Amino acid sequence: MEIELRSPDIIMKLSRLGSFHQSKLSFLRSFLKEFKDWEYKRDLFDLDKLGHGIAIYSFKKDDRVYSLICFANELNENERSDRVIATKWDAAFTLHDGIPTNKDIERLKNEVPKQEVGRLSYKELTLSRANKSVRVFNHVVDSLSEGVQPDIKLLSKVGYLYRTTAVYGSGKFGLADRFRIKNRAEIYGPFRLEMMLVYLVRQFTFDQVNHVAKNKNPKKAVNLDLEICRNLGIGNSTGLGMAPFIVNHPTLLNNWIYAREMALKKIREIEKVKVENVNLFKTCLKKSIKNITSWNTESEYQQKKIKSLLSDLEIFINFIENKFNFSKKYAFNEIYLWLEKNSCEECIEYIVSLMLEPFDEIVNPLISKMSSEEEKYFNIPTHRTIIELKNILENKYSKILKIDFLKKENNQNFWFISKNKEEPRLADRYIENGSELEQPLAIARDIKKLYDKLSVFKNSSTIDKFLSKCPELRHVVRRAFIVERFPYSEIQDNTIGNSIVPIDMLRLKLSFFGALKFDPRSDKWLRICMFQGAPLPEQLKNYDDYWVYNSIN
Amino acid sequence: MKSLSEIETVSKRSSRASGFSWGIAEEVGKNIRILEMFGIAGIKNLNYYFKMRSEKKFEDLILIGKDNKISKLEICPIIAGLSFLDQIKPLEKLSEIKFEKIAFPLLFLPFVSRASEIVGKKLQLEIDKKIFLLNYNNSIYSNSLNNGVIEVGNNILIKFIENNDSFNKNEWKEIYKLSEETFVEENENLKINSAGAGLTDND
Repeated sequence: MEIELRSPDIIMKLSRLGSFHQSKLSFLRSFLKEFKDWEYKRDLFDLDKLGHGIAIYSFKKDDRVYSLICFANELNENERSDRVIATKWDAAFTLHDGIPTNKDIERLKNEVPKQEVGRLSYKELTLSRANKSVRVFNHVVDSLSEGVQPDIKLLSKVGYLYRTTAVYGSGKFGLADRFRIKNRAEIYGPFRLEMMLVYLVRQFTFDQVNHVAKNKNPKKAVNLDLEICRNLGIGNSTGLGMAPFIVNHPTLLNNWIYAREMALKKIREIEKVKVENVNLFKTCLKKSIKNITSWNTESEYQQKKIKSLLSDLEIFINFIENKFNFSKKYAFNEIYLWLEKNSCEECIEYIVSLMLEPFDEIVNPLISKMSSEEEKYFNIPTHRTIIELKNILENKYSKILKIDFLKKENNQNFWFISKNKEEPRLADRYIENGSELEQPLAIARDIKKLYDKLSVFKNSSTIDKFLSKCPELRHVVRRAFIVERFPYSEIQDNTIGNSIVPIDMLRLKLSFFGALKFDPRSDKWLRICMFQGAPLPEQLKNYDDYWVYNSIN
Repeated sequence: MKSLSEIETVSKRSSRASGFSWGIAEEVGKNIRILEMFGIAGIKNLNYYFKMRSEKKFEDLILIGKDNKISKLEICPIIAGLSFLDQIKPLEKLSEIKFEKIAFPLLFLPFVSRASEIVGKKLQLEIDKKIFLLNYNNSIYSNSLNNGVIEVGNNILIKFIENNDSFNKNEWKEIYKLSEETFVEENENLKINSAGAGLTDND
């Protein structure tokens, strides 16, 4: 039986994208799978009694070495801020390509703590900084120094000792351009080095907390229990900086979504599902509930979503346990169709993620196809005709073309780059100044403009002639020809309307990272947790691929 | 050292700030990245060009023909380059294209380089006495290693290089013969048993 891929008209709506969850395709899971056989080492750990100083961690295989260099600094209480406007952090990190020399370390010691105003070199691959969750960190230090393990309840509530506030890569601030490293087989998957940085930072947080506790009370102190460590992740505080990424990288976005959709399609096409796969699906599903019941957020928006997710999951579990027979043909297709009729978007996408779990043979080949050679699709096929472009717009943006942008509510916001931090921001064009410097992120509005403009050109005329008359629409002409080939490359929604929930855009990206426990702090920023439950570096060689469902929190 | 990613982003934004549309600014960003990657002074030329744009006017060349001479004004390298790139399919029929007075012609060059990739032919760009051979946007060969600013190209010529061999039949024959020394002479038995296909191919 041939199942069609799900329609971009449904999947690429922001509310649906904002309901995505981690899956086997997520980058932090594929990173661990790729690097499980690499040799992990703590090369340097030179911290003072308070935990300030330098530490280096590495992954090595054959001649290739990646080294995380950590700089932990003293930070006054009043200087600690997760906001992007901060200029100091508890710790700053860079992932260096190879083994750093003393000269490299000296250079980086001056630059890495400065973050955006520092300069990195082509020898550095990623850059980040993090702040302590002071309450949790201090509690853990106090407990360990007294020879007891910390309060698990408190740890569960937060989920981490440190929270990163940005992770940079791909040429930012002088970091290595992607072209220098893109042919390395071990990083042929998006954001793999960013994942490595975050993963090694997590280990640093455990080593630092043990070190500080030991120095506080050398005679009595104990180390943080390894099982507790495993159940802690790394937090991340994310603002709008991430949102334009998915608009600015259409073919990459397509490849992420396409991999997920293709996996789902193939799973729905399985005629006879093996009993062991059914059991694994059910086990992951049941164990995963813990990740939802321990999902803490003060956001009413998210609380509502969690509530309906839990309620729908209860109904779903009852359905598959008591009313559904997995021995029937195309069982997962039946399940999917049932979900579409009976569940909310959050639950549908949750189960879709879980459906992927038993099927390595389907999922693994797709992981290596999630990168994109974006340059290949940059040129506009200017020899093509107006009618061809019109047809693309009518087929690929049918819902967008129905939006009336003359209505104030559909044209309410504009995206801009802040002069202070060179970061993307969103503001109300009718209240704030600066909309004349709007970024080209109002794709729906500009596609509509393009469609209207095309109507005054002859159908047989070619695109080069159109572009010479309407250069202001060049950016969307390019996108239209991209979406023709890459169906999931475009958000099928209005990114400037008054009802936009920008965190939906963040959540989409973070779900592909593998983040858990999305905790919106407003409609424009959220906190998440990464690697919670993941094996520690020393445990990687024999790790359980389903670790994400084995958290005790 | 600035990364190519930074170079592309800043070139794009500065182009937008200079009055080009976002779509054109994206093209300029990509082009300056290409120039800098090939070791040509992209940022330097772009910077000077934008300074000049605030002082004097340039002509936008929209329709490219065989001979492109226009008014007394110098031609904007970005609009001319974009027109050349966008019209490359019909222009391919011409074997040579001439231009006069293109301002900052190194900014025109990456459009020609990208056009070379689109038509699948090497293009030779002559800017006065400087020659650049553009190889499918994969590399640039040039007799000019001057890494500075060229303010104007008075006579510019683009030649489409047909996909012909750079060697004669005899040279190929000789080198091929030498390569044959890596082959094994097949006896009758090998002919029958060593190939994968059947002996009768016409069934």
